[in-house]
Amino acid sequence: MDIETLYQSLRKVQEAKGYYFNKDKDRTFELLENLITNKDRYGYMACPCRLASGDREWDKDIICPCDYREPDVEEYGSCYCNLYVSQEWNDEKIPHDYVPERRPPEKIRF
Amino acid sequence: MSFKSVLPLHVAYVKIPGSESVKLQPGIEKRGCVMTQDSVKMYSLSTCSHCKSVKKLLDECTVKYEFTDVDLLKGKERQAILEDVKKFNPNCSFPTIIIGEKVIVGYKETEIKEALGLS
Repeated sequence: MDIETLYQSLRKVQEAKGYYFNKDKDRTFELLENLITNKDRYGYMACPCRLASGDREWDKDIICPCDYREPDVEEYGSCYCNLYVSQEWNDEKIPHDYVPERRPPEKIRF
Repeated sequence: MSFKSVLPLHVAYVKIPGSESVKLQPGIEKRGCVMTQDSVKMYSLSTCSHCKSVKKLLDECTVKYEFTDVDLLKGKERQAILEDVKKFNPNCSFPTIIIGEKVIVGYKETEIKEALGLS
């Protein structure tokens, strides 16, 4: 999949929901490229900042956009990866704090 | 706390062009402008932007470090490494960076530089 196409299609859908791509386009494109890598590798777009198990059902909470995006953007203005952010985060009206991992550790499959 | 790994780790460092690598004594080297005595090791993911940011920071600081991209491992290799990661970081999140005795989770530039003695 072409990154620019993915960017444009996701942007349209997600901005309507109030989630914006990080204005640092290099970083955003790098993350989208890694989402495509994971799609090729696992068959689903697992979060590139987390270790996927390869089991789609087990990892459904971290298929991008992950289940943790909503509370993370609400609390920190950004998702765990800094891919999806709020308008305020992009406008630097709120600090760009480190977003801690919200996924429970028991979800890491050994 | 000891660092144990069943796998050979990647070792990377960047030398500033024109700078000299000076061996002061075993275990201590001065590369470019930075001198660090502590070993620097990192558990990372090849796809993770925070992990890439840490690698870039360490490269820019000409710090020698070892890293393991856990997502590129499979089966028992991955399991063994994850057991190691869990000892340092029970959340098993990435990057997990070990600088000497200090464990830093995530791309925390200030903390990393402090641990390296750069700030």
